[in-house]
Amino acid sequence: MDGETQFLIELVTNGMLTGMMYALVAVGFVLIYKSTDAINFAQGEFCMIAAIFIASFVFLYGFPLWLSIIVVLVLMILFNVALERVVLRPMIGRPVVAIIMATIGLALMFRGLGPLLFGAETRPINLPIPDLPIIWGPLFMSPIDVLGAAISVIFLAGFGWFFLKSRIGVAMRAVADSHQVSMAMGINVERYFVIAWVLAGVVALLGGIVWGNAIGVDTQLAALGLKVFPVVILGGLDSIIGVVVGGIIVGVVEALAAGYLDPYVGGGTKDFTPYVLMILVLMVRPYGIFGKPIIERI
Amino acid sequence: MLKLNNVEVIYDSVILVLKGISIEVPDGKITTVLGANGAGKTTTLKAISGILRSERGEVTRGSIELDGNRIDNRAPHSIVKDGIVQVFEGRRVFGNLSAEENLVAGGHIVSKAKMRANMEKVYEYFPRIAERRDVISGYLSGGEQQMLAVGRALMSDPKLILLDEPSLGLAPMIIEEIWGIIRRLREEQNVTFLLVEQNATLALEIADYGYVMENGAVVLEGPAEQLRDNADIKEFYLGMSGEEKRSFRDVKHYRRRKRWLN
Ligand SMILES: Nc1ncnc2c1ncn2[C@@H]1O[C@H](COP(=O)(O)OP(=O)(O)OP(=O)(O)O)[C@@H](O)[C@H]1O
Ligand SMILES: [Mg+2]
Repeated sequence: MDGETQFLIELVTNGMLTGMMYALVAVGFVLIYKSTDAINFAQGEFCMIAAIFIASFVFLYGFPLWLSIIVVLVLMILFNVALERVVLRPMIGRPVVAIIMATIGLALMFRGLGPLLFGAETRPINLPIPDLPIIWGPLFMSPIDVLGAAISVIFLAGFGWFFLKSRIGVAMRAVADSHQVSMAMGINVERYFVIAWVLAGVVALLGGIVWGNAIGVDTQLAALGLKVFPVVILGGLDSIIGVVVGGIIVGVVEALAAGYLDPYVGGGTKDFTPYVLMILVLMVRPYGIFGKPIIERI
Repeated sequence: MLKLNNVEVIYDSVILVLKGISIEVPDGKITTVLGANGAGKTTTLKAISGILRSERGEVTRGSIELDGNRIDNRAPHSIVKDGIVQVFEGRRVFGNLSAEENLVAGGHIVSKAKMRANMEKVYEYFPRIAERRDVISGYLSGGEQQMLAVGRALMSDPKLILLDEPSLGLAPMIIEEIWGIIRRLREEQNVTFLLVEQNATLALEIADYGYVMENGAVVLEGPAEQLRDNADIKEFYLGMSGEEKRSFRDVKHYRRRKRWLN
């Protein structure tokens, strides 16, 4: 294998690993969109705040990492139940924009809250993994990315099964399809909104751990929310398989841009190429690659 | 037995849609509510199923009783648990879910074992749905969707099914097929039906008793065979007089009942 090919394969592989990690964050959008029709603009901030709490408990209060994760998981669940009950539920039936605005407010609140509580320095989340690169045939992969991708794949597969096969998952998709008809089937729609927000919180926590482990924890992590926008747009907001493919596409495009374009222009192309791709795709398929056009039939 | 006593429904706190209607739906019978567009038929069903609340409607007067217990203004999921389920106008299948997943969602309130058993029952009554169980329901034909909607309703073990214009847009042959299944369900499963229709001929063919609604009030009621012979119904709904259709209120010899006059 010549050097060129190997370089390409390495870029693609690492792009795919990153892409899986993007997909994990993106699935949070899908959960909320599928059940409430709203876009949670605070999804990136959810990841950030979870990671900040975890890292701070470890570094400021000496918690073991596992304990810190469990404590934050519980906090996150309680917070999201309260959020749904107190803030979002009264907005049901009002224009979706109201919910979107509320999530934007939430996002800004989180950005202020993290540094306010724990200071603004960058802290690591150190998952127990070796530092040595993983060598597989001619490929070099970072163990952090491999672990991140592995965690992502496991949980995405879990969510996929949950949505497609479990009764609760089917009910959630029914709720997403029509609130009113779901109600008429005896589905307690409001309970499913809570479940969706709780799951979105749990995914955010996972995303925060994986990404915090990869790039460190501070308010910068919130940018993940915007980073995965091309992922959900490419994949379609309503499909888990979609976000996986969208994540992989974005990860690979970023890696290729960094590998081939950056040397010519001095860097930075990977930060915007996914958005260029997103706009191009939107022009051709307004509902994303995997998103379903709304079936209209009487 | 389901009983509506003088039920008044108001939307958005100001729009009066049902002006005090009384309807009885005896167990094991098929009762039909007839009426033109906007008469308030769907509103009546939504008042019973509790769906009204999601449209900012409310039962403001009168009562709805199931076997003697008040059920008006209760949450829809609690009404379903009491054995009443509504099949919406225009079928409203979960278009992104497969036919079988629609049934799973329909069986939400029953145990998993019961859900499986009910699904087998539905497949037995609707072999076409069984054949097409894995098809995304948005792509089923209109008739198949209507069958799926009825099958989905059966999943919750209902005593009473509220059927809103099931014949809408379907070919006569399909309607006959569905009517046949409804008859069988009534006889074999002892399911009671409250059937809303604009098409009086079709509805009176299957119903035991009928009500005619106009403008949010019941203007006529009687056993189905009597309504079939009723000249006014014939003229207005069955289009048999050959004259132009007129409002039921304009028809001379109708027997409007006194208590609906105010
Ligand atoms: N959510 C709502 N808010 C306000 N008014 C409503 C609402 N739903 C229905 N209405 C009004 O109530 C009246 C009766 O409507 P309804 O849907 O019950 O009629 P219908 O008899 O089912 O008619 P159709 O045969 O066309 O389905 C109509 O005038 C309608 O405009
Ligand atoms: Mg109607």
